Amino acid sequence: MSISPDDIQKIARLSRLQIEDDKVEKLSGDINNILGLVDQLQQADTSNVAPMAHPLDAVQTLRADQVTETNQRDKYQRVAPATEDGLFLVPKVIE
Amino acid sequence: MLELTIQELAKGLRDKEFTSVELTQAYLDRIDKLDSKINSYITVSKEQALANAAAADEKIAAGDTGLWTGIPFAHKDIFCTEGTLTTCGSKMLHNFEPPYNATVAQNFIDAGAVCLGKTNMDEFAMGSTNESSYYGKVINPWSGDKHLVPGGSSGGSAAAVAARLAPVATGTDTGGSIRQPAAFCGLTGLKPTYGRVSRYGMIAFASSLDQGGPMAKTAEDCAAMLQVMAGHDAKDSTSIDKEVPDYLAALSGDLSGLKIGLPKEYFNEHLNPEIAKVLDEAIEVLKGKGVEFKEVSLPNSQLGVPAYYVIAPAEASANLSRFDGVRYGYRCEEPNDLMDMYLRSRSEGFGDEVKRRIMVGTYALSAGYYDAYYNKAMQVRRLIKNDFENAFKDVDFILGPTTPSPAFGFGEKGDDPVQMYLEDVYTITANLAGIPAMSLPAGTVDGLPCGIQLLGNYFDEARMLNVGYAFQQETEWHKQRPENSLTELSA
Amino acid sequence: MEWETVIGLEVHVQLATKSKIFSGSSTAFGAEPNTQASAVDLALPGTLPVPNEQAFRYATMFGLAIDADICKRSVFERKNYFYPDLPKGYQTTQLDAPIVGAGVVEITLKDGSKKNIRIHHAHLEEDAGKSLHEDYHGMSGIDLNRAGTPLIEVVSEPDMRNAEEAVEFAKTLHSIVTSLGICDGEMSQGSMRFDVNISVRPKGQSEFGTRTETKNLNSFRFMEQAIALEVERQIDVLEEGGEIVQETRLYDGDKHVARSMRSKEEANDYRYFPCPDLLPVVLTDEYIEEVRAQMPELPAARKERFISEFSLSDYDAGILSADAGLASLFETSANISGDAKLSANWVMGEFSARLNADDVSAANAPISGEALGQLVLRVKDNTVSSSGAKKVFEKLWSQEGSDVDQIIDAEGLKQVSDTGALEAMVDEVLAGMADQIAQYKAADDKKRKKLMGSFMGPLMKASKGQGNPKLFNEILAKKLND
Repeated sequence: MSISPDDIQKIARLSRLQIEDDKVEKLSGDINNILGLVDQLQQADTSNVAPMAHPLDAVQTLRADQVTETNQRDKYQRVAPATEDGLFLVPKVIE
Repeated sequence: MLELTIQELAKGLRDKEFTSVELTQAYLDRIDKLDSKINSYITVSKEQALANAAAADEKIAAGDTGLWTGIPFAHKDIFCTEGTLTTCGSKMLHNFEPPYNATVAQNFIDAGAVCLGKTNMDEFAMGSTNESSYYGKVINPWSGDKHLVPGGSSGGSAAAVAARLAPVATGTDTGGSIRQPAAFCGLTGLKPTYGRVSRYGMIAFASSLDQGGPMAKTAEDCAAMLQVMAGHDAKDSTSIDKEVPDYLAALSGDLSGLKIGLPKEYFNEHLNPEIAKVLDEAIEVLKGKGVEFKEVSLPNSQLGVPAYYVIAPAEASANLSRFDGVRYGYRCEEPNDLMDMYLRSRSEGFGDEVKRRIMVGTYALSAGYYDAYYNKAMQVRRLIKNDFENAFKDVDFILGPTTPSPAFGFGEKGDDPVQMYLEDVYTITANLAGIPAMSLPAGTVDGLPCGIQLLGNYFDEARMLNVGYAFQQETEWHKQRPENSLTELSA
Repeated sequence: MEWETVIGLEVHVQLATKSKIFSGSSTAFGAEPNTQASAVDLALPGTLPVPNEQAFRYATMFGLAIDADICKRSVFERKNYFYPDLPKGYQTTQLDAPIVGAGVVEITLKDGSKKNIRIHHAHLEEDAGKSLHEDYHGMSGIDLNRAGTPLIEVVSEPDMRNAEEAVEFAKTLHSIVTSLGICDGEMSQGSMRFDVNISVRPKGQSEFGTRTETKNLNSFRFMEQAIALEVERQIDVLEEGGEIVQETRLYDGDKHVARSMRSKEEANDYRYFPCPDLLPVVLTDEYIEEVRAQMPELPAARKERFISEFSLSDYDAGILSADAGLASLFETSANISGDAKLSANWVMGEFSARLNADDVSAANAPISGEALGQLVLRVKDNTVSSSGAKKVFEKLWSQEGSDVDQIIDAEGLKQVSDTGALEAMVDEVLAGMADQIAQYKAADDKKRKKLMGSFMGPLMKASKGQGNPKLFNEILAKKLND
């Protein structure tokens, strides 16, 4: 499979990344090389092989329903780019 | 003092041969003097370290006998440290002082250890050379005047320990990021079983592959570190609730009856002959300790790199979505609108390699490609795990090279990312399968350190460390130090 | 042409857990912005999710209530998209292995007929935060208190054919989740939110038309209005030869208008994949049976019980059993007063009217079942008249008092039922009304009934409103007819 410059822009948009026009060609070349490497996977016979999302066959432990967190807004918002009245500020959200 | 093990340092502190403040100051002085040459630290926590050292000295005077009390060490800058800049090698986090500690960081604090600072790394742990750090590349202390890569992504930790700018350092390993730089810098580095060390507060690259681990001069020091790092953490759902053995107590040096497998897929015409020689010598040493060797097969090992370069970027593409300039980290100047804020904050905040991997991951997960890429890679992942499980029916450990070559020069691999990715061919399968793996210094190639790699069964770290310990009793490679090379290096 | 409407619902139900689905933050409504947003909720780097057992228990209860299979190995996935109220840049949700499989909900329509609405599945997921659109120097404010609140998203099959069915289905779901106690049902706080998929097709056609999705309706009334508006719009478009565009629409209930949400710049591609930070959640048969054994009574069963235990009509039992709060209030009142019918009248009459007027739920009403039962008891034993009881009710509602007997005393609402005292009052009043008595005696039966009223006024006045009107009537009739 190979990726076109148009695909690059589409994927960049989905990833919220901006790729300058003069970098698209080099990037699509790089990504096509990576996809070439990845295409070796198609050699493997994986019929009847269950996909493995986790290295260990462990199951999830569940937590008891307890409130363990206290208000630490000031501390957490000290690292925020913009806040006011306890809110994180962002450019206007239009639905 | 620079060559002492953790146990020896602890004894020195308790016997009042030196204080923690003196020890810490000695390392800080050395960092001051030498780090400008190798750029292994992003942040040096001078005042904090000395304050903690002074507190440790008081505790020792009051009778504290903890192994780690007052021992200096360094953290890879991927572990969140409350109030101390944590960048993950990225401009994105250039101003991020975490409001909390990673579990691993908290464990070292609880043990009384003294953190000297945060070490340099490939941006978001994506790289094998440390070239992708926003904070400048790290120079391998063994370089002499040649300027070689230290390996990556834990290249800062490796370079710092190799240059004796820290006794030991933490690292993380997603596809070889502890073992490869350990091999390039002449260190011992262990990637534990997936789930052995908590990932809470360790900034995620690829969640199902990432694992924190020790980087040190010796297997003995790795054992001492793993003792602090390992354990179940209720804050990490993927951490495993399994008893942590006494790793130091397991270091008997006795290897009799042990069987080690040599995969025919590693020992073939593609293996670098110089590295083959190093391996042959290591095999002889281990045979002398009573180890029996046997050929094994890992038929799907060549699929490790392709599977990894789907799974790791896919997970990373989602893991790195939180860096959006809303709640912390870099936000672009004066965004025009919301979309502009996202696009520019992320494009200006991330470097090229990170962007490339986000793009690959996004593509692999996008509509129409999921089955061909992501699902297929997860199936191949199972095949790779099955290979190891079959091999471990016959042998206790598997031995092979850590890297295809010793440390190379910056830019030597060209600018095709695939050439760089193939550097991880021997290390990646352990992450995919989740098994523990360790690199040991075992010789030199062209005067540069060369590592060999042991792969073990799940949760078999104690016995694995003992193999390393026994090997290091018989060899001197771990005692090599790049002091001459460091003197030659220009800042 | 005759058109048929096809409606499917996606219902977001906030689960009434104390803490969030993946963190130990409180889920309490109405806190100061971002005071209930922990490091995990803010998606600080390196933080990890740990799921809340109660969320699984609640989802399991819902599954059992709609007769669905419970998935014994459910998996969380990441749904990737960027939005400022979504801190991680993905929502942790379920796709291929949701906790609740296919089930069914029976609804009763106004004409008494019943219909089964099939549930496709219900999955567990985390809620997002809120974007506040008030102007902060041209910027929006983000509050992440709600981020991470557990939800089940209930997805119905497109089985509804008009607004009444859709609203009835929504009400039935509300009734089920509040009866189970897994959701507080507070629609005004967003505890249940409805996305309505609507399409129309020529009657008799089997294929579905193109559908639109009207999002985030949070009241039954708005839902009904939004459906009517959208059906009308679609039919207009089609009859004018146009085509329906598949889109997401927003309904503004206050202005009664709907609009298409700004068309997305690219098609959504959510890139779902299994969340590597979470492991499969395995629920054993024993666990599921333990949950089943602890299930509270469901509305349908409660209705049957109300009919047999309290001899209520089908209609009354239906209304009283639907809302868990109302049902519990009624039952307490009936037991205390010993009069189910009178309790039912009070609950469905005065009480429900006040709930509607003040827009509160029965569970949050200022009057307890105990107080209402006490009041009904005092009506029943003639301590107060029904108009006096209404005054007591007002005092209780406005929380000017909490003890029924105290209020009756304090307000002087106690009826005089002592026949001797009442007779004396009647004699006294009649003594001054000779003309009216003569008129009465001359009238026929029909007119006499009317004239009785003219005696009652002065009597109530003489008794300062405390005379038992029923007894006054009896005494009067006896005296006048002698």
